[in-house]
Amino acid sequence: MPITHPNLHLTRLPGAIPAWSGTIDHGDLQEICQRVQHGGGRLVALWGSDERVTGNGFALYLALVIEKGLICLNVPLSDTRPIYPDVSRIFPAAERMQRAAYDLLGIYPEGKELRKWLRHGAWASGSFPLRKDFDVTQSRTDEADAYPFVQVEGQGVHEIAVGPVHAGSIEPGHFRFSVVGETQLRLEERLGYAHKGIEKRFESLGVQRAARLAGRVSGDSTVAYAWAYAMATESIATVTPPDRALWLRALFLERERIANHLGDLGMLGNDVALSFGFAQFWILKEQVLRNNASLFGHRYLMDRIIPGGVAADLTEPGKQTLLDECAMLEREVHILRGIYEEHAGMQDRFIGAGRVEPKLAAQLGLCGLAGRASSQAWDARVQFPCAPYDKLDVRMATYRNGDVAARVIVRFDELFESLRLQRAILVNLIHDNTLSVPLDKLPVFGFGVGMVEGWRGEVLVAIHTDAQGDLTRVHPHDPSWQNWPVLAHAVMGNIVPDFPLINKSFNLSYSGQDL
Amino acid sequence: MYQLIKQIIKTGIKTEAAPLPDEEMRVGAQRLSAEILRMFGGALNIRHVDAGSCNGCELEIHALNNAYYNIEGLGIKFVASPRHADLLLVTGPVSRHMVTALKRTYDATPEPKLVVAIGECACDGGIFCSDGGSPEGGGETYASCGKVSNVIPVDVMVSGCPPTPTAVLQGILTAISNKK
Repeated sequence: MPITHPNLHLTRLPGAIPAWSGTIDHGDLQEICQRVQHGGGRLVALWGSDERVTGNGFALYLALVIEKGLICLNVPLSDTRPIYPDVSRIFPAAERMQRAAYDLLGIYPEGKELRKWLRHGAWASGSFPLRKDFDVTQSRTDEADAYPFVQVEGQGVHEIAVGPVHAGSIEPGHFRFSVVGETQLRLEERLGYAHKGIEKRFESLGVQRAARLAGRVSGDSTVAYAWAYAMATESIATVTPPDRALWLRALFLERERIANHLGDLGMLGNDVALSFGFAQFWILKEQVLRNNASLFGHRYLMDRIIPGGVAADLTEPGKQTLLDECAMLEREVHILRGIYEEHAGMQDRFIGAGRVEPKLAAQLGLCGLAGRASSQAWDARVQFPCAPYDKLDVRMATYRNGDVAARVIVRFDELFESLRLQRAILVNLIHDNTLSVPLDKLPVFGFGVGMVEGWRGEVLVAIHTDAQGDLTRVHPHDPSWQNWPVLAHAVMGNIVPDFPLINKSFNLSYSGQDL
Repeated sequence: MYQLIKQIIKTGIKTEAAPLPDEEMRVGAQRLSAEILRMFGGALNIRHVDAGSCNGCELEIHALNNAYYNIEGLGIKFVASPRHADLLLVTGPVSRHMVTALKRTYDATPEPKLVVAIGECACDGGIFCSDGGSPEGGGETYASCGKVSNVIPVDVMVSGCPPTPTAVLQGILTAISNKK
């Protein structure tokens, strides 16, 4: 057993990653969370589900990660008073997830005051979209979003409000800065503008068509989401995709990482007024995207991973194209890294900006790329290497300074590592005529989970099926849930003009957390 | 500095020819006169609004600024405020939480103005919205208003998920071209 508690009985879930699930009473929730936290574990995701149709009430689910794998806890809740003990004191990252679970489903931590989070004014307070008896016409309101921002008071303090429509071409969100002169005292984020009802939408789609939706939770991480979703369906159906399909999935995931890291390194150059960096890196990114389009049929590899396998193959001449691309990227990025490191003006902006100390990162559960830049040595490809990563021996990139410079260094290191992995994948990509196994129907009352290390961090997708084997609840989880609150800490004490730079160095998803 | 200059010279010019306008993308009649469009064609300012997209279309809008498409070389640039804009580039199914912001951005853009809807979701609601015949109907859901033209008037629609940078550029050029 990965963790022990007298009232916890875990069963191993089939599938690509080591995962267990177990049902517990809500009275044991806090103690089990404490044990996980003391053992160095953290919270990955928290969501709820309406299970009244099966004669139960509501249910709370938590996905916790510990050294040995992923633990999914199911906490049954009453249908009349769906309360559970607050876990945000143990895992601060749970705070917004608990608020979102209330907005969407009406389950809530007992005795804790909840500000709304995902609900602005599109549906009425007291009606909950993810309940099965939700009536869209009855709940319609167009109330203005009155959100109780925290006021910072004191001599010389003033507020700068930004968004939801930002100055740059980025996703919608609102930032409220409390500043004194140029210095940021506090940043408050108001997200949820891109909430388009993804979780509800999943419930009306078939297993294959829903893969298309999963690939659009956050467009820049389409491969990671599609793979995590496919992994969850394959876990429920207990099928294993053909070997070649798994190697191709890893190839796609590394190419997504390469494209995003190239783009971010260019953008970070731009944000410190070195437009040379933007011009150079975006030429490289465009070449990667064009190769994706010509070899696999889509610039961002959307819809190339499907439940049961993959929907694109690589030809022999295509292998050579990728090897040539690898050589070109290694050469060019090496030169550009030298230029970045020697550029005094750039390093002056990077070093020390937006620092998150390792201790704070651990407390708040900072994950993914940003976490690794603050000594949080965790990478799903290393800790729980699902096939084919079990044969690839991924070298994790970590750094301890936790500033913008550290997040740049981790990106460079991961970029080179992904190029190395891509070469290794191409060597191992054996010929196989089948690219997928059929998977059109899932077993009834199934539960499956998939987790993939996307370029930003771990992406998790959990799936529940009903008495007909249809999707009754799908929860996609983005690492941005953990990292947005940490951004607010990272900017404290920095000057306002450094905010875009610090924000970009995290590059978090709005759509992925707004759902 | 030597390395930097060497790299610029080695890279050379990557910019490709711009695509021609495509009348198929125009929605309904051309609203603005040839004279105004001719002025826009010389220096066009664009304000981008993400009204709830998945960020896929944004990636391609960013790519317009890369050396291959070099949108600024055509006299077109992205501006930080709708007050400075001639054209709105709108992505996403319009989430209900973005309706007010989108309408206000549209109202803040001075006349004469153009609107180009970018991507499958902006054109018809896309995967996020209900299929026809559902009880919710009309491409709308509890959280989304569906296509952009449900909220503000649209001149040109560019489909694709996401549309390529060439298609986005083509949509912009169609909006500022005079119908032949």
